[in-house]
Amino acid sequence: MVIRGKWRQGKLLCLVITLCSGCSTLGVQPWERDQFAREDMALDNQKLDLMLDDHIYFSKEGTSGGRSQGGGGCGCN
Amino acid sequence: MQLTAIRKKRRSIQKSSTQNCSIQESSTLELTSVTSDNHQFKRYRNINKSLTIASLALFSTPAMATEIDETVQDIGDADKTSISLPAIVSGKKLEVTKIETALLYYQEQDRVTAAEGIFNLQASYGDKSELEGKLLLDTLTGASPNGAAPQQQQQTFTRPSGNGVYHAKNGETPLDDTFKDTRLQLNGNWTETLSNTDKVNLGFHLSREYDYTSLGVNSGAERSFNRGNSAVNFALGYYYDIIDPVGGRPTSWAPMLFRDDFSSQSEFKQAFDKTRDLSSSIKHTFDLSAGFTQLLNRYWLVQGNYSFSYLDGYMTDPYKIISQVDERGMAQGYLYENRPDTRYKQSVFLLTKGALETGVVDLSYRYSADDWGIDSHTVETHYRYQFTDSLYGQIHLRYYRQSAADFYHAFLPELGELPEYGSADSRLGKLTAYTFGIKFGHKLQGGTKFSYRLELYQHRPQDNGDERVGQLAHLGLYEQVNAVIAQLGFAF
Repeated sequence: MVIRGKWRQGKLLCLVITLCSGCSTLGVQPWERDQFAREDMALDNQKLDLMLDDHIYFSKEGTSGGRSQGGGGCGCN
Repeated sequence: MQLTAIRKKRRSIQKSSTQNCSIQESSTLELTSVTSDNHQFKRYRNINKSLTIASLALFSTPAMATEIDETVQDIGDADKTSISLPAIVSGKKLEVTKIETALLYYQEQDRVTAAEGIFNLQASYGDKSELEGKLLLDTLTGASPNGAAPQQQQQTFTRPSGNGVYHAKNGETPLDDTFKDTRLQLNGNWTETLSNTDKVNLGFHLSREYDYTSLGVNSGAERSFNRGNSAVNFALGYYYDIIDPVGGRPTSWAPMLFRDDFSSQSEFKQAFDKTRDLSSSIKHTFDLSAGFTQLLNRYWLVQGNYSFSYLDGYMTDPYKIISQVDERGMAQGYLYENRPDTRYKQSVFLLTKGALETGVVDLSYRYSADDWGIDSHTVETHYRYQFTDSLYGQIHLRYYRQSAADFYHAFLPELGELPEYGSADSRLGKLTAYTFGIKFGHKLQGGTKFSYRLELYQHRPQDNGDERVGQLAHLGLYEQVNAVIAQLGFAF
């Protein structure tokens, strides 16, 4: 059991190292950011739409949020 | 948030570029000439270093602003009218950067109608501070399911206030037609850029309606690394909600009383008041989230977010009831629902977004789980096609599926022990939902933007597996609801 636990820990450590080293090689050079500078590529480009949608889904479904920090409560039925 | 930073830098560069392109050119030329000189002595890998320095100089807002500003002061004497830059050197200046408004109309077939107006203002204060304020007003009217099971005969229910009754026709889902509310919401957020890699934010939330008040604060921090290709963020939030239901809060498993069962109004009122707690109820919410954003290549990025919430306090819906039925499936009474007073929620959200030659596409998945037994899966995508530089069309698709809460029951047997908790609210039952939407947006010459959105939302409660006795076997316990969402947006 101890060996199996250590083996699992080892695999997890390898996964974390691989992901971290993978991230460090991912990405673009500063002069290759033209596409990300586009307005429609911003993650908050549809902020109001997403907020209004979240409000509707919050009042109609059993789970909500998750996309970003919660927007606070209301008694919406 | 990382892309917001890039946009802010880009805005700063754009503001300056019209008057200072010559400066940029001279800076670039200087760097190029230095590179050329070095070229004779060093290997070609140094070109990469020089280009990196040159590019970083272009993307480095503070350095750019200072350099440009000093030169602008020199040029300024010759052409003062051409200077429209904010006073960066002399002091900070509050400048409105974006105003967005939207009007939303939500209509369910024969049920709830909602109208919502939102006003969002973004402003910068100097180079490093961003402020955002949001004002939202919504009004809801119409009928909402009260949780009771439909019957082959007409049903009568006492209104939540105890004054008067409403009816449900035979075979129809019982709806409380007194549903009416107006809500005002106010949000503020302040974001401070601490360095080229670090940002912090602080926000507040206020929501007020007739029977519900929510107050909250939230805060977060973000750090970018790996040459700005990766970013991690961490956020905390706390919300304090006060619930004051119409007619008071029903006590646990309180029965619905009827005026006709009492000989006088005062007798009824006395008995009714015994089933109610008039003090305010409180709910605390603690939110915690951690996320990352990673640029993959020139066109694609991924984002991930883990959220954890702990809720403590009153979470029962004070207006929802549950039918108690006999072996023939006939309702013999109604009890006010009773939910647990704690809830742990977790969710994982993953998103990828890509820049296409003629538009943008994103795809996201969210998995949520809580200790009430509700697990949900959500898949959502937006595809935007740019018809011209100033006109786009967008398609929105969403699929949602959830399992039922452990204490969800469409009805309860009349005989037998009451469970500790119970609710017949279809939002806590097994359900699927679909959204299909289209949107068009266009930009006028001055930069003013208009958008038009139309969505169809289908809410499909599923059979939870409760054994249907007697007449309930022939009645529609899980009614589908269709809603139309129309939105008009305006930004400048």
